[in-house]
Amino acid sequence: MAISTDSAASAAVEEFLNRPPTIGQRVHSVLHRQPALSPAIVLVLACVGFSLTSSHFYQLTNLSLLLQQASVVGTLAAGQTLIILTAGIDLAIGAVMVLSSLVMVKLASSSGVPGVLALLIGAAIAILAETITGLLVTRIKLPPFIVTLGMLSIFTAISLIYAQGQTILLNPGAFLLWTGNSFAIGSLHLTYGVLLMLGVYVVFAYALRYTAWGRHLYAVGDDAEAARLAGIRVNRVLLSAYVVAGFAIAVAAWILVGRVGGGDPNSGLNANLESITAVVIGGTSLFGGRGAVIGSLIGALIVQVFDNGLALAGLDPNYQVLAVGILVIVAVSVDQWIRSVKA
Amino acid sequence: MNGTPVLEARGLVKLFGRVVGLDAVDMTLYSGEILAVIGDNGAGKSTLIKCLSGALIPDQGSILLDEKEVRFRTPQDARDAGIETVYQQLAVAPALDIAENLFLAREVRRKGFLGSVFRMLDTGEMKRESTEQIKSLGISTLQNISQAVETLSGGQRQAVAVARAAAFGSKVVILDEPTAALGVRETGQVIKLIRELRDSGKAIILISHDMPHVFELADRIHIQRLGGRAAVITPKSHTMEDAVAIMTGAKTVTSAGAPTTAE
Repeated sequence: MAISTDSAASAAVEEFLNRPPTIGQRVHSVLHRQPALSPAIVLVLACVGFSLTSSHFYQLTNLSLLLQQASVVGTLAAGQTLIILTAGIDLAIGAVMVLSSLVMVKLASSSGVPGVLALLIGAAIAILAETITGLLVTRIKLPPFIVTLGMLSIFTAISLIYAQGQTILLNPGAFLLWTGNSFAIGSLHLTYGVLLMLGVYVVFAYALRYTAWGRHLYAVGDDAEAARLAGIRVNRVLLSAYVVAGFAIAVAAWILVGRVGGGDPNSGLNANLESITAVVIGGTSLFGGRGAVIGSLIGALIVQVFDNGLALAGLDPNYQVLAVGILVIVAVSVDQWIRSVKA
Repeated sequence: MNGTPVLEARGLVKLFGRVVGLDAVDMTLYSGEILAVIGDNGAGKSTLIKCLSGALIPDQGSILLDEKEVRFRTPQDARDAGIETVYQQLAVAPALDIAENLFLAREVRRKGFLGSVFRMLDTGEMKRESTEQIKSLGISTLQNISQAVETLSGGQRQAVAVARAAAFGSKVVILDEPTAALGVRETGQVIKLIRELRDSGKAIILISHDMPHVFELADRIHIQRLGGRAAVITPKSHTMEDAVAIMTGAKTVTSAGAPTTAE
């Protein structure tokens, strides 16, 4: 008797455990596997919405402008994604980019250094700056938030001192301005800067998805102690995230030079937070270990679409700021939901 | 049981400031056996296995693997030598799937150009091998190898950790309180798994607080007390009460230090 009731009870348990998932659970499990899906839906809805409010929105000239406007923050956001995936954050990412761009422009214009060399030296500055941040985070065990808050002030100040507060313009045709040059695919005009941004995303998406390094980045961001016990050299992976982000910052700096037409110490003031906004709206978790780099591109585009679409609809531009704020809160709430429930 | 030990510790000493973590501890482990290590809190169980798994470096004494002296500076050294550890806290990466977890930090790359230049992972191969490994251990509860580990229950997660240790721990598998975070039903699954491992010929060290489990599973029981080895007993020669008495110092074993095997 006892045995039969026992097996009946365990059968009931099995049945309960194997019950078909509810709609909520199914949605959750899909979003869980595809973190970039919800921002993609938001982007499509926003595009459809703005197309209805203004006939100018979906014109190719406007869409290419949109991509160009998103290229600097979009590229930065790719680097920021790597750092946020490790449960870190880089508040100084825009400041480092501005310094890097100023070094490129100043070397090329005032010191007469060849453009390619100026580019490489500027890129080295960005990578070096991120390496220092990474070393402070991994060796001295400082929280990334504090380190980069300090770095934000340091690099902003260095930029202003170095440029003496002035904007330097490059002569048209200079090598460094190549990222601002455009080419046409039919009637869609794209700059090489946009192509570079897309290139960074392709490389990063590949590295995160298909290499051991990418898997380790997720594992470390997810649970650093578990990753260490599994045999991952956590500090190395953390440091590499900052160094590789430095590479993305260097590319962003070059794109910035192309868009500004030179170097402006006041150009990237909002880029620090805008890159974080793009990453968060793009579905990457601020707690680390979850997200996809492509989401950050979508996030950067969403911000730009709202900016552009609301302006075309003739609304006060402050509504864009409001809308982005709401999106950030919604994105983080969705992330919390995805993390909390078991699929 | 073979005549020569797989793993042997001789006179291990570990100090933490003025606190004696290990006081000249000896330990022997043979292949195909489960050696339980028990002791009160602070008796040096964890310190002992951390020395064996490379997480701590002993101040004195030597560790012999297959009768050759080894020095582990990092857990990776111990791993490379064929000693795997399963920890009490569920040491898996929650967002990665079962196959990715099994091969975490040991990923297999594609052959040829894609692997050497583009460092591309061979996910198909890793999935195949993981499926085989899970099957060979008879873990029926892990169905979908591409399932994220965070969607698994605690017992299933620990099964993943044990499967990983079994797959790569060619000589010794150390289990540190593997069931401490689990419920009754899940504990049963993990215990079954530990037996499977032993029967496959591996040498197993089991650290546990759970006396009934220890007496159910272990071939020999190493009792730590106050940083030293108080006794080595077997479930046949002693009772649970004896073990607790030795652990707490209520009873002493005169032949302490002489590893007596029943067989």
